[in-house]
Amino acid sequence: MKSENVTPPTKKSLDKERYNRRKFLSALGIGAAGVSLLSSCERNDWYDQFKDNKDGATLDFKDDIGVLNYAYALEQLEAAFYTQVAANPASGFTAAQKAYFMDVQYHEIAHREFFKKALGANAIGSLEVDFSSINFSDAASVLAAAKTFEDLGVAAYNGAGVRLTTDAYLVIAGQIVSVEARHAAWVRDQISNGSFADLNDLSALGSNNSGGLDGALTPDKVLPLAANYIKTKINVINL
Amino acid sequence: MNILNILDEIEKTDADIYDRLSPRRKVMKDFYNAGKKISLAALPLALSSMFTKAYGQSSTTAVNDVLNFALTLEYLEYHFYNHALLGTDVTFDFPSTAARNAITTIRDHEKAHVDLLAGALGSAARPALAYTNFDFRAGGTYNADNSYASGGTFADVYTNYQTFLKVATAFEDTGVRAYKGQAPVLKGNAVLTTALQIHSVEARHASHLRQMTAAALGVGLKPWITYSANGNDTGVAPANPVYAGEQNTMQAGVEITNIAPGVTQAAAAESFDEFLTKAQVVTIANLFLKPAFRL
Repeated sequence: MKSENVTPPTKKSLDKERYNRRKFLSALGIGAAGVSLLSSCERNDWYDQFKDNKDGATLDFKDDIGVLNYAYALEQLEAAFYTQVAANPASGFTAAQKAYFMDVQYHEIAHREFFKKALGANAIGSLEVDFSSINFSDAASVLAAAKTFEDLGVAAYNGAGVRLTTDAYLVIAGQIVSVEARHAAWVRDQISNGSFADLNDLSALGSNNSGGLDGALTPDKVLPLAANYIKTKINVINL
Repeated sequence: MNILNILDEIEKTDADIYDRLSPRRKVMKDFYNAGKKISLAALPLALSSMFTKAYGQSSTTAVNDVLNFALTLEYLEYHFYNHALLGTDVTFDFPSTAARNAITTIRDHEKAHVDLLAGALGSAARPALAYTNFDFRAGGTYNADNSYASGGTFADVYTNYQTFLKVATAFEDTGVRAYKGQAPVLKGNAVLTTALQIHSVEARHASHLRQMTAAALGVGLKPWITYSANGNDTGVAPANPVYAGEQNTMQAGVEITNIAPGVTQAAAAESFDEFLTKAQVVTIANLFLKPAFRL
């Protein structure tokens, strides 16, 4: 446990600190995915403040702000994806599909901008995305990625709701997650009509078909999956 | 002071202590962090505050009320679909195997929700509701043997596939809004996660039923609820109470319309579903319950 009266770090000491942290995490095999889970013992107050996204974004789950930033991170990812889909829609899409992808794009942008505005000075910075695994000119590839994002988004909100302590934020999360679920169902139906709520197919995300329950994952399960599409390193503390 | 011993002691009288604490692990962390700063004499007070946080949730009665309220809605949905699939007085044909399969999938989920909620409530569960306790025509009259006689806002709900889909869409959108409205009562409670998992399944149903309705009626109904001056984008006037307030574009004090280029009023309304209060949902549910079974 470090003293709280640490000397303000120099660039060099920060780099060394980060290097050590990375080495430690990669030894545990959890740093490689781009997400690290730092125990509260490792937390440094100065590190908390040093959260410009060039060196990673920090999600501090000690309070609702952290949960909202977590949602903000996921909405950034979705908005960036659909912006790219809508800008150059795959030739295999019908006019109706293109129109609905345009809708979804604006929904995700609205969610992203809502969190940015609601969080104000507490918001994490912009995340750099990595969609190299997606072929945007191939309709099937885009739909598969959209399904991944939407189902994961639903499971993420469902799993994080219990952490929220403010009624208003809990209701907002509910207002957003049902729209994500509408997206998920629509995207799934484009891939295979009737698969809108195939709960057996969502078991990896925590669904339970016999209970008629959708996915629900805690942030430590969601972030490594999301990290496949995020270049920016995301640090997690107080989870 | 040994926190683990204390937890062990509590476990003897409250087997659920770890369940109560686990969704709020941060409370434990807050406690440990606080422990570094406060004197030993103040610890019992801090400990008591930790448990107030963990237990300072809605009372069991309040939680059970929400679950029973949800159970009523799940009975309503289950019987509505189950009768469409099995009822001998249903005269419409599903236009395709896919359509029948979708309604079967939804019926099965609603049944699972009924069983889950009734099981979780145990002896606190409300009395079971049968198909004959409902009036899915909304204001119909029924014979002594419970067969349908005449009348009702949705008189042809089981003879006209289009009417059936309109009512189904209204039910699913109601369910989505109802769960959302009750979330604060379940705040911080493990049962909230289960409720959210049901809630998003209802939203998936709503999305699919809206697509089925759009196809069957040849209308442009979207999977998501778009802007309409009175909130109701379905064009089904009797469903107005289901969509009251869906035209809202202001969220937690933030105006969503034009929050970024391209986010029109329509996109703003679509991007956030709205909640209904319990009283609003009760009014809607009572339209479909026979008088003796109304909430």
